[in-house]
Amino acid sequence: MSSQVKKFIPSPSSPPPIAARGVVHGLRTNLFSNLFNSVLTVLVVLLMIKTVPPLVDWAFTHAVWSGGPEMCDGSGACWAFVIDKARIMLIGTYPMEQAWRPLAASILFAGVVAATVSGRCKKRTLTTAWPVFFVAALWLIGGGAGLSEVDQSMWGGLMLSLGLATIGILFSVPFGILLALGRQSRMVGVSSVCVGFIELVRGVPLITILFMASVMMPLFLPVNLQINNLLRVQVGIILFSSAYIAEVVRGGLQAVSSGQLDAAKALGLSRWMITLLVVLPQALRYVLPALIGRCIALFKDTSLVIIVGLLDFLGMTKAASQDQLWLGHDVEGYVFCAVIYWCICFGMSRYGRSLEKRGPQTN
Amino acid sequence: MNTSKLREQLPAILTQVLLVGAILYVALQLFHNTQANLEARNIASGFRFLSVEGGLPINDSLLAYSPADTYGRAFTIGILNTLFVSALSIMLATILGVLVGVARVSSNWLVARLAAVYVEVLRNVPLLLTLFFCYSTLLAFLPSPRKSLAPFGGIFINNRGVFIPRPLFQEGIGWVFLALGAAIVASVVLVRVSKRMRDETGNAPPSGWISLGLILGLPAAVYFFTGQPLEFDAPVLSGFNFKGGMILRPEFTALLIGLVMYTAAFIGENVRSGIQSVDKGQLEAAKALGLKSGVIMRKVILPQTLRVCIPTTTNDYTSLVKNSSLAVAIGYPDMVSIGGTIIGQNDQAIEVIGMWMAVYLSINLIVSLVMNWLNAKVQLVER
Repeated sequence: MSSQVKKFIPSPSSPPPIAARGVVHGLRTNLFSNLFNSVLTVLVVLLMIKTVPPLVDWAFTHAVWSGGPEMCDGSGACWAFVIDKARIMLIGTYPMEQAWRPLAASILFAGVVAATVSGRCKKRTLTTAWPVFFVAALWLIGGGAGLSEVDQSMWGGLMLSLGLATIGILFSVPFGILLALGRQSRMVGVSSVCVGFIELVRGVPLITILFMASVMMPLFLPVNLQINNLLRVQVGIILFSSAYIAEVVRGGLQAVSSGQLDAAKALGLSRWMITLLVVLPQALRYVLPALIGRCIALFKDTSLVIIVGLLDFLGMTKAASQDQLWLGHDVEGYVFCAVIYWCICFGMSRYGRSLEKRGPQTN
Repeated sequence: MNTSKLREQLPAILTQVLLVGAILYVALQLFHNTQANLEARNIASGFRFLSVEGGLPINDSLLAYSPADTYGRAFTIGILNTLFVSALSIMLATILGVLVGVARVSSNWLVARLAAVYVEVLRNVPLLLTLFFCYSTLLAFLPSPRKSLAPFGGIFINNRGVFIPRPLFQEGIGWVFLALGAAIVASVVLVRVSKRMRDETGNAPPSGWISLGLILGLPAAVYFFTGQPLEFDAPVLSGFNFKGGMILRPEFTALLIGLVMYTAAFIGENVRSGIQSVDKGQLEAAKALGLKSGVIMRKVILPQTLRVCIPTTTNDYTSLVKNSSLAVAIGYPDMVSIGGTIIGQNDQAIEVIGMWMAVYLSINLIVSLVMNWLNAKVQLVER
């Protein structure tokens, strides 16, 4: 005789009360949790109803996408202007028949950036890839050795902005590291020179440095020595940025624990070896996100070169909007400019954040 | 000093001597080059030009100015304009920044998202572009003087600027200011006394409301008692533009809006990280004591937030002062803009750039000193 053991089968749990699930719950906790929040939500929604549809109308519904200046009647955005001027905004007055060269350089640039961001390449590959790219791009854009030369006065637009920023970063990071090491140095002469430089540069706006590079530097050079404006401005940007990078790196140097130093000393490493092999690699890892922040700032700051007469991306946009044929469409130009700047800067900051998440151990 | 110690220190000493020697040598060379260049280009040196009549037209000026004034006067006007726009921007950016930061951590999903979008957009676009954008949109979308917006009493907004009534001080206005000063002093004393009373007894008069009443009421009473010694010169439309009143030109407005919006995004991030750094237990304890959410924010969270965000905000303030130099790009006559014009006229770049640097360094030094003092005040006193 088998006794049937009654198995306990729990009845299905009842669903949470209607007030604690689904859309209603989400709305209640996120948007209407109390009177103040409800009023706020209503106000924000009203504001959006007031502003978003006209904006969409302006940017899309009534926008003019092709044709000449006569097509734009002012009821919507005139994207035809941006399309017409896209070339000048991107590569400046670079000769049309040579336009493949900046294009090739930008493809190379995209390749190197993709390799860096993917995080799959070895560090050594990257440290060789960047200088190789740098030389190749300079050759492609500047010419010489088989390619016809294109004068620097024709470099402009986004190409110039990216160039100024890339060269600025490539040079100001090592220089900034040197300054930071100099500031930490126990030699009073060295450290006071570095502190003086860093604090002086950080105390004044970039514009004054650019004016210095553009107006004052020719006075400092020997009478018969001429350096073109672009190079002088580039030097100014590098000096400016390296002072800020030095401060970032100093934070990293101070974060390396003294135990590391003691251990390295106990192993009998010389002072230079300790700095190069033990302190710097760790310090740089700590401050990598902050360094990327500085790189974003540097890229944004290159827009100031317009004030000393170089036409970078923003400068070309401004110049394009002063074309007699297309008067009154500067807002569209600036919107396009802002979208591109935003994509690049936001991409960089996302990359910085992903490095932060990956953490100092695995990188 | 014994010889082994000397040998140990020799490389360091040599390096420093070499470095300082090299810098001195380069400086000397630069000096010689500069002398030769200045002579070759016929450029004067020294600060004598400051007392020469400049002939610079300046549209926005806080002091009386005419083109017949000296370069020195023009540069002073520039310094004042820099200080004015920086101070005003710092105040407004702080208010907007705190609002943005609080909105970033709001429990209201929509508000938090909106603030996040604001911060990400403004931080990832160059300030100069924001300024150009503000300037262009102001000019493009504001109406012409004949169709001016008139939000309230005597204020007109159009694409020539914002026109506001100019206060004209009549005799007796001194008493009103005196009353205001007295009211402020009295309120400070009152707040101190009431704080001591609260510390000692737990009860105190509502010093905030009384002070507010004093500061508003006393000058108002004196104002009416002395026979309303204040008149306004209201702007009036004549022909194609307004006459009279005070004008904030679009260059100034665009610069102000751009600087405030840009800096507020950074301050907002400081405030957000400050708020998030406050321990959750603090919030729970405050709730357990039965405080209302507004009171919790004002009396518990924000004071602790200040400790975290003052140092980073100091940096943002000094950047704001430096960024105000972008005024030159949209034509507001700040110090850099006026200095640039002077360089264009007499080529004395070294002197003008030196003056710029000196002024910016001193402004930044003052900002840092004030903020460090504030920082020391709000830090926890360890007992």
